[in-house]
Amino acid sequence: MSTRWLYLLPLATLGIVAGFFAWSLTSDRNPASIGSALVGRPAPTLNAAPLREGETAVTDASLRGRPVVVNFFASWCAPCQLEHPILMRLAEREGATVVGIAYKNKPADALAFLKRLGDPYKHAGLDPDGKIAIDWGLSGVPETYVIDARGIVRLHFRGPISERDVKDSILPALKAGS
Amino acid sequence: MIPELGHFALILALCVALVQGTVPLYGAARGEPALMALGRMAALAQLALVGVAFAALTHAYLTSDFTVANVVANSHSAKPMLYKFTGVWGNHEGSMLLWTLILALFGAAVAAFGENLPETLRARVLAIQALLGVGFLAFLLFTSNPFERVFPPPADGNGLNPLLQDPGLAFHPPLLYLGYVGFSVAYAFAVAALIEGRVDAAWARWVRPWTLAAWCFLTLGIALGSWWAYYILGWGGFWFWDPVENASLMPWLAGTALLHSAIVVEKRDALKSWTVLLAILAFSLSLLGTFLVRSGVLTSVHAFAQDPARGLYILAFLLAVTGGGLGLYAWRAPALKPGGLFQPVSREGGLILNNLLLSTLAVAVLLGTLYPLFLDLLTGEKVSVGPPFFNATFVPICAPLFAALCVGPFLSWKRSDLWPALRRLQIAFAVSVAAALIAAFAIDGRSTLAAIAFGFGVWLILGTLAGALDRVAGGAGAMQRLRRLPRAFIGMSIAHAGLGVVVLGCVGAGAWNLEAMRAMKHGDRMSFAGYEFTLRGVEEVPGPNWIAERATLEVTRGGAPFTTLRPERRLFTVQRRLIAETAIQTNLVRDLYATLGESDGQGAWVVRLYFNPLAPWIWLGAAFCALGGFVSLTDRRLRVGAPSRRRTVLPPAAQPAE
Repeated sequence: MSTRWLYLLPLATLGIVAGFFAWSLTSDRNPASIGSALVGRPAPTLNAAPLREGETAVTDASLRGRPVVVNFFASWCAPCQLEHPILMRLAEREGATVVGIAYKNKPADALAFLKRLGDPYKHAGLDPDGKIAIDWGLSGVPETYVIDARGIVRLHFRGPISERDVKDSILPALKAGS
Repeated sequence: MIPELGHFALILALCVALVQGTVPLYGAARGEPALMALGRMAALAQLALVGVAFAALTHAYLTSDFTVANVVANSHSAKPMLYKFTGVWGNHEGSMLLWTLILALFGAAVAAFGENLPETLRARVLAIQALLGVGFLAFLLFTSNPFERVFPPPADGNGLNPLLQDPGLAFHPPLLYLGYVGFSVAYAFAVAALIEGRVDAAWARWVRPWTLAAWCFLTLGIALGSWWAYYILGWGGFWFWDPVENASLMPWLAGTALLHSAIVVEKRDALKSWTVLLAILAFSLSLLGTFLVRSGVLTSVHAFAQDPARGLYILAFLLAVTGGGLGLYAWRAPALKPGGLFQPVSREGGLILNNLLLSTLAVAVLLGTLYPLFLDLLTGEKVSVGPPFFNATFVPICAPLFAALCVGPFLSWKRSDLWPALRRLQIAFAVSVAAALIAAFAIDGRSTLAAIAFGFGVWLILGTLAGALDRVAGGAGAMQRLRRLPRAFIGMSIAHAGLGVVVLGCVGAGAWNLEAMRAMKHGDRMSFAGYEFTLRGVEEVPGPNWIAERATLEVTRGGAPFTTLRPERRLFTVQRRLIAETAIQTNLVRDLYATLGESDGQGAWVVRLYFNPLAPWIWLGAAFCALGGFVSLTDRRLRVGAPSRRRTVLPPAAQPAE
């Protein structure tokens, strides 16, 4: 008689797996987000050499006083090229302050990239060896952070941002953070 | 007008499926021949109706009818004709319609070729097939109507995802679906057998050809998908352990196990309840794959537009199908009488080992795929399970599987001796060990594991060859014996050797590949893997719906011209997406593989080169596996419809009961 229970095992397994699926579908989980330990915390310190000649270094002071968007990019990264028009619109049409950090990129390459596609960055810095990226918990480029006026990280996007991200999260966060 | 016809045909098909799913079941329970016979007509009618709907959608795509929302969202007038056609299934709604069409096709095939099936079994199989159809038709009609109209019609469509505008991926879904949906027949047979409470050798002989056909298509589908990933993603890799790839691998593993365990049911009347379970699982895992791809539960590069409402519907359907099957199994399977007994060392024993290892692999893939989801829900922690996990689980399980694979065919049924089989394999074994040693020392000491795997690949090919030789060679009449080899045996040998070829390919392309990346200007030259590559320029080339930068890389070897590679970067103008077109020069033993990257705006382009030894063997081997399956299908015993003659000769009482 005890072996009869064995025949119920597949059904029970299905029940457990299906329970998880139902839970996942009804929760607000976003499977695309791989999470960020930074959200809700003060932004890591920033001290980057300027990308554009004749400018001052990009430091914590560049982030304070108003909500800002910090974007890590590189000229060699195709998704960065993809999201670039969105950053341009964010800076030009929405008047957001966008700070760019060129990740493991030669200054000449990064400048050529901005010359070709437009330059949305109020401040632009360099992270030639990826040291800043480590502090900021970067997993690749592009990644985008929204930091409020008090320097707290509000949003963290891994991968290119979309129009929808701008409309649904970035603009509201910028508005709320000022 | 035509889209409405298609929509109407779908509604009619749903009505027919509802009738087909209930009346024959009732007829079979009551023993009413007229009601049972209804199933066959209905199955053919259903195929005709779904066929009309599919033709209507195809017509809308081919004529770029932008009053249909689905065409607007996924097509564009400037798209080449081939991709207008394949665009029909390059989207969620259309691909579900293709699923339904193939489901109807298999149902109609059972109706048409199942002439000799016992009446009640056929009626039940067709009814279950129809109930599956009801699920898919309702899904289409209520959540994913492909014929929805838009008003006013836009001037042009949004175009198809550029990644899908590729011959490899265009035909990947139909093959994959033929595999997934083919397992529905095995499922229907399993459920019908559980309802009847009888699983016997004749049953297994009917299930096997359907499973084998589905398995062949699934093998081809997976191989085509992997080949596509290899040449389009531009990293030189061929398998990424992505959730969607895993979703297709799980039913493949379960289906492979089913193929082998069904043999034991057929020949020895044993392993019945396990085989029925595998038949249910193979199709359930196919549905699970569909669910994972379309529900948004897991992300993947290949996923369709995701919608939680659809996800809930598929989940409910998955629960109904799998839960229904497994519930029936829990209820009825304990009543299945165990059949022939056998010793652990025997053909049956070998096939059980094969089944154990294959199902362990399937469970490993399932765990690896779903673990991130479970962990995220339970703890909120985000992890991704990648190649390290799968390598660590697959290698130790595959080693005994491959080792035993060549020995199994030497063992006889019921009870056998291991030693004579091993003695006949000693040459193959010696050569394989030598191959592994040569690989370890000559190719380079980078990876012992790769060398061992290489040895296993050689072992699979030679061991299988030894098995075939053993049947044929020895004294006079070899030619005659060769001619008289059963097709099923030839097919098995081709497939097993094909697996060896796949293993060799994976080792070569995965472990012994070389890669280089450099920014090159016009006239720059770079030596790589014994060839010299010179960039002769990058030009703009217009395509039908893209503009490409095409590099010309002149390849020389020892100063003599060898070939020219032309990798491209295509900008699809409608979607504004960049897709790399790799250039591959193959001689079937190695691939020279080049991709073109970013330009720095000052005349230099990033060029990436790969040298992938044995890479073509991965797909060649997979094609051999499928070919083996098809050859086996032509075996007299398995020919669809043929079993009944045997059934009359072989009443249950005549089975060796041991």
